[in-house]
Amino acid sequence: MKRTELFFWVTVSCGLIVMVFILLPLIEMVTAPSISMLVMAIRDKDVVRSIWLSVYTAGLAALISFVVGTPLAYVLARRDFRGKRLVEGIIDLPIVIPHPVVGIAILGVVGKNHWIGRGLAELGVRVMGSVTGIVTVLIFVGLPFYVHAAKEGFENISPRLERVSRSLGASMFSTFFRITFPLAWRSMVVGIIMCAARAISEFGAVVVVAYHPMIAPVLIYERFEGYGLMYSQPVAVWLVMVCLSLFFVLRYLTLPNKKKT
Amino acid sequence: MIKIENLETHLSGFNIYDINFSIEEGEFFILMGPTGAGKTVLLEALAGLIPVRHGKIFIAGKDVTRLPPEKRGVGIVYQDYVLFPHMTVTENIRYGLHFHKYEHKETEKRFEELIKEFELKSLVNRLPLNLSGGELQRVALARALMVNPSVLLLDEPLSALDPNFREDIRHELKRIHQSSRTTFLMVTHDFAEALLLGNRGAVVNKGRIEQVGKMEDIFQRPRTMFVADFVGMKNIYDAQFNGSKAIIGDGLELNIGCRSPVRVGRIAIRPDDIVITKKKYDKNNINAFSGIIAAVVDQGFYYEVHVQVQKLTFKSVVSKKILLESKFFDGAEVFLSFEPEVIHIFQPDSYQFNEKGKA
Repeated sequence: MKRTELFFWVTVSCGLIVMVFILLPLIEMVTAPSISMLVMAIRDKDVVRSIWLSVYTAGLAALISFVVGTPLAYVLARRDFRGKRLVEGIIDLPIVIPHPVVGIAILGVVGKNHWIGRGLAELGVRVMGSVTGIVTVLIFVGLPFYVHAAKEGFENISPRLERVSRSLGASMFSTFFRITFPLAWRSMVVGIIMCAARAISEFGAVVVVAYHPMIAPVLIYERFEGYGLMYSQPVAVWLVMVCLSLFFVLRYLTLPNKKKT
Repeated sequence: MIKIENLETHLSGFNIYDINFSIEEGEFFILMGPTGAGKTVLLEALAGLIPVRHGKIFIAGKDVTRLPPEKRGVGIVYQDYVLFPHMTVTENIRYGLHFHKYEHKETEKRFEELIKEFELKSLVNRLPLNLSGGELQRVALARALMVNPSVLLLDEPLSALDPNFREDIRHELKRIHQSSRTTFLMVTHDFAEALLLGNRGAVVNKGRIEQVGKMEDIFQRPRTMFVADFVGMKNIYDAQFNGSKAIIGDGLELNIGCRSPVRVGRIAIRPDDIVITKKKYDKNNINAFSGIIAAVVDQGFYYEVHVQVQKLTFKSVVSKKILLESKFFDGAEVFLSFEPEVIHIFQPDSYQFNEKGKA
């Protein structure tokens, strides 16, 4: 009996330590700036612009991940093929690669020393120091999160549902849009949220590819470097609040239906 | 209607090889076999849901081997019904209409008929989540029949239902089959179901067809040892043949009613073909022996009686009434007998049943 009790207390205390470890710095940061500091920060055009740019690029990255990642996630969920493990490993690569390395790697391809970079330049597409560059980087780091979530969603749908649909006369496309998608869209939304969350928090890779235009994390870093903690905290609070409210809204939109399935 | 030639396919551990058989239009064909024999794979290959490695499938004279599933007109109903969970009963049943060009009037009439036939009137607006097993089953059948398939594949459609309800649906299935022109192909483990519904059938084992034929033939005249065992021929013995005699065990002589074409092989007898009596047998009786009851096994609706004759055990079945009236208990002395015609002879080479061996 005593042993079980000890074990119970170990789990509870470790859990509490983890909670405090995560929450304490966040609460401290959110409560540190005064209201007037927060108001001043949001009146600053640079702050608003950078937060909007962050939200907008992360959202765009998530949307593009959704478009190109969905078919891939579907194939990975439904088919067994030689080299599947390898493909899955490649998709996970961006998660394990250090962030500045991601930035440098992307610059290596889109820079002037690579034919793709030269081709893009000729087409008038600028990657370095542009929104295009930011979105490219964010897709790179966010895509694995979308693919994982969507794949799991597809795996939870019995292939027999699709088989019955086809036996009733539906083509694979009709089956996907009438059966698979309506049953998997919640997982896809979760994937989009995960992808956007990962993208909005990216700093290291973005700073290499595009210091300007400034996304919020870069602005926060710049304020911290130039003026210190006091001046970076209000911007950070606004960024966190915008992100959290966006994610809560999206989660809320998907939750009520979850009870039905 | 359906003709399958040298069909072979492999799917994640389930393989089928060298499948050859045909099904007539409007027939109710039964597919039987142990779990993992490849029955579902065979159905899915027929429906075009899994790729075929070799061989050909013809439906109504047309080669459909490379045709996508939506172009085959083959419906499938799975054991777990798989209704679309995000659609109401009506939407489920009408799902197939999105992809077929039917007259509006015609589809309305058909829909009403199916709703009436399957007693679904009160359920039309419900989601599958709120339906019982039997209701799900009926909706799944209605959904498959709505698009008028030329072939309907049923993968153990009744196995998940409770026994009372099973009986109802069984008769319903028979009625639907008789009233439609659809060819039915059903997988089942239930012999009663197979015999009641099936015109013809096949037994599959390890991805190969063991026997195709009329249901009575499969049960009464199994062609291979596997089928004999599968359909419940529990009395199987090694035998030596001498003229019209088979010698089993330590010299027990049986009259097989004809000359055996081989000298060594096996014989099999169905338990229900062996009669046990308490009274001493008539001398004229051929194949009549005395023995001691070694065990009585309760099988639910009947009792299996094991009778020891010399060193051999014969298994027979009796009803509870007869068991009690005749006092068939362990250790009781009884007499058993069977006709020469009920003895099935199997040749030793792969134990193929020999037609000529039978009178």
